[in-house]
Amino acid sequence: MATSSDSNTPRGEAWVWFSGLGLIVGLGMVIGLLSLVVLNGITVFWAPPVPVANVDDGRTIIGQLAQRRVRAGSPASEPRFELQYQVGLRELNGNSYLWVDEAKIKSESFPADVLGLERVENGPAFVRPQSLRKSDGKLILVADPAFEVAFQAEVNSAAIIREKLIEITRRRIGDVNGEMDKARVALRRAEDLKLAGEIAALRRQITGLEERFASLQAEAKTVVDRGAIASLVSCDASGREVVVPLIQVIRAWFPNRLDTWGRVKLFVSRLGEFIFDEPREANTEGGLMPAIFGTLVMTVFMSLMVTPFGVITAIYLREYAQQGPVLRIVRISVNNLAGVPSIVFGVFGLGFFVYVLGGSIDQLFFADQLKYNNNTPVFGTGGLLWCSLTLALMTLPVVIVATEEALAAVPRGMREASLATGASKWQTIREILLPASAPGILTGVILAMARGAGEVAPLMLVGVVKLAPTLPLDGTAPFLHMDRKFMHLGFHVYDLGFQSPDSDAARPMVFATTLLLIVLVVCLNIGAIWIRNRLRARFKGASF
Amino acid sequence: MSQLMNPPSSSRIKVRPATEREGRKDYISIRDYGFWYGQKKALDAISLDIPERQVVAFIGPSGCGKSTLLRNLNRMNDLVDDVRHEGEITINGRSIYDPGLEVISLRRRVGMVFQKSNPFPKSIFENVVYALRVVGVRDRAVLEEACETSLRKSALWDEVKDRLDDSALGLSGGQMQRLCIARAIANRPEILLMDEPCSALDPIATGKIEELIHELKDQFTIVIVTHSMQQAARVSDRTAFFYLGKQIEYDTTEKIFMNPSQAQTEAYISGRFG
Repeated sequence: MATSSDSNTPRGEAWVWFSGLGLIVGLGMVIGLLSLVVLNGITVFWAPPVPVANVDDGRTIIGQLAQRRVRAGSPASEPRFELQYQVGLRELNGNSYLWVDEAKIKSESFPADVLGLERVENGPAFVRPQSLRKSDGKLILVADPAFEVAFQAEVNSAAIIREKLIEITRRRIGDVNGEMDKARVALRRAEDLKLAGEIAALRRQITGLEERFASLQAEAKTVVDRGAIASLVSCDASGREVVVPLIQVIRAWFPNRLDTWGRVKLFVSRLGEFIFDEPREANTEGGLMPAIFGTLVMTVFMSLMVTPFGVITAIYLREYAQQGPVLRIVRISVNNLAGVPSIVFGVFGLGFFVYVLGGSIDQLFFADQLKYNNNTPVFGTGGLLWCSLTLALMTLPVVIVATEEALAAVPRGMREASLATGASKWQTIREILLPASAPGILTGVILAMARGAGEVAPLMLVGVVKLAPTLPLDGTAPFLHMDRKFMHLGFHVYDLGFQSPDSDAARPMVFATTLLLIVLVVCLNIGAIWIRNRLRARFKGASF
Repeated sequence: MSQLMNPPSSSRIKVRPATEREGRKDYISIRDYGFWYGQKKALDAISLDIPERQVVAFIGPSGCGKSTLLRNLNRMNDLVDDVRHEGEITINGRSIYDPGLEVISLRRRVGMVFQKSNPFPKSIFENVVYALRVVGVRDRAVLEEACETSLRKSALWDEVKDRLDDSALGLSGGQMQRLCIARAIANRPEILLMDEPCSALDPIATGKIEELIHELKDQFTIVIVTHSMQQAARVSDRTAFFYLGKQIEYDTTEKIFMNPSQAQTEAYISGRFG
């Protein structure tokens, strides 16, 4: 045994441990990132109890605990912590977040009358209510047993009034404005071409629209006046009186009175708003529906464009082109395209797609629009179409490489069998090679989608905006407006995190938005993987 | 060439007497044919005639060029980069390199069965009628009839008639190879090339395919490449022996196996080399 001590020892086993270590490090980083995002993203919508804290400098704070961190400069052996409270009432406090040294908090209590308010403007508020002025003008004191029921009823009716106001101001007045713009462009054109009959008709139309506009504004005014009566009088932590018109209140809850079920309901309601509503307050509040929709539509269009281009290119490179040095250079160039910084694609998209292509389209098809509408471009500005095309170009190498590999992996025998029966090269590609390499092609598309959906930098140049007034899809023909600017989750994260006036207020939304973006990408990928597995099942048992 | 009189050295191998049929004696005619893969000469001065509706076997050790020659008969070697040829191959009097002859129509007349069965990842039915589909046949009745005829000819009909819509990849190895034969004969080619069709099959499946070759030679001219001397002897009417890209001997199978005129042939068929 002594002489052959090493003969039975497998060589190179140490590398197994190294590869295992690498796997653990990689998985650890991925899981760490995901759990950070998931934990921070989910807790945004949870309503914890809200303390009333007395600080030893005499201040009183009512606020929701946001974070706890080690104070800068405190020794590591005895760390001192500071707490961040979300106190709300930005219009009074100047800032809705407050840092307090933990050691300086004298006492903390959770009185049942603390009320949380989510408001249309100025963010949330944490107050102690005093009295309620109902919409019929009557006053109810907080001590009155009917207070809570009456308050809830008033909040609900105020919500209905608010919905109605949004309907009037945003939808109906918006429609009138749109028609007015069109009519004015048409009028300018008619005046320019001296079409007397049309001029008169258009003037009449504009007068009619102006009347409609005035009547809608009057209607809105009456609704506003009706909603302005009901209000809540309360005092903040330091006893100042705060009057909140109920039409401003989106959601009201008593954070120290809620049971778990109540908190879950509040959580679901907030999550629902986040997913299905439009943003408010410079995007720091409200929902993300336009951004979700924009990301989804853009990614789907990108995939629809990149797949045919990539597959056709790969077929040519692999099946038709003369193999040789030229082709090798082309292939290296294609692979290197994947390494070009994405902002460069954005600049290219702006220069070529937007200005050259879009500009030409405008010159050719929207010349009247340009001439009579202050040179307002239609396609000659950033938009959904150009974003999709730019990202399609950016992700093209991924699809090309994947398709080439998939085509190369089709067994030679299958190719020869098809050709030997007298099929042409194109028939062989269409009938045999493409179906057999479809799973591999889809792998490329999945990678392209994952990269495209998370991309931000180029989109900022070619059509993503902070706030889009309309969705790219609506009820007016042609229903899908590829020329419109849109919102995007990735850009939303950037905008909230780095462009927001109140970064503390935006912080939770950054996590929630990131979580949503990850979930969306995962859903898109699961969809594509499901399709791929169905395709694979068809070729299962292939014994080549 | 000296005529050496060799004793019949391979009497162990049972030889089926050649069947003489009517038809052109030089149906496929190969004249002074040479072929290069790049700088490497794979075939050198091959000249032989293959009569109509007979089975001709190409035998010889690995790398002797028999498969290369077979694959030139339907120009499958055109798919390989950097090849060239000299000499002439004619089928029924017409050169296969005739610029007026589309390679596609040549391959429709010259079917091929490969060493490794290579069914498409489609249904059995779609596999068999593939050659008809590519010429644009859409009529379901025509396709179904062609499918049944081909599968019957390839002795597979009874085994698969109830599951024509199942994937061809679920068949056994022997069935797959017979399916490939059915696919190759579905558009009624005139010639069937078989490149070691039984090398991956067990003896029972091999037997079935050999039976099939006998059935098929009434209608097709068959060229078969094989490594099995017994198989060549059992199925073929004529046999060509190749060695290092050269054609050593070509004669009736009976003559090759019973009384070869070349010493190399005799050495090979008696198993002394190769």
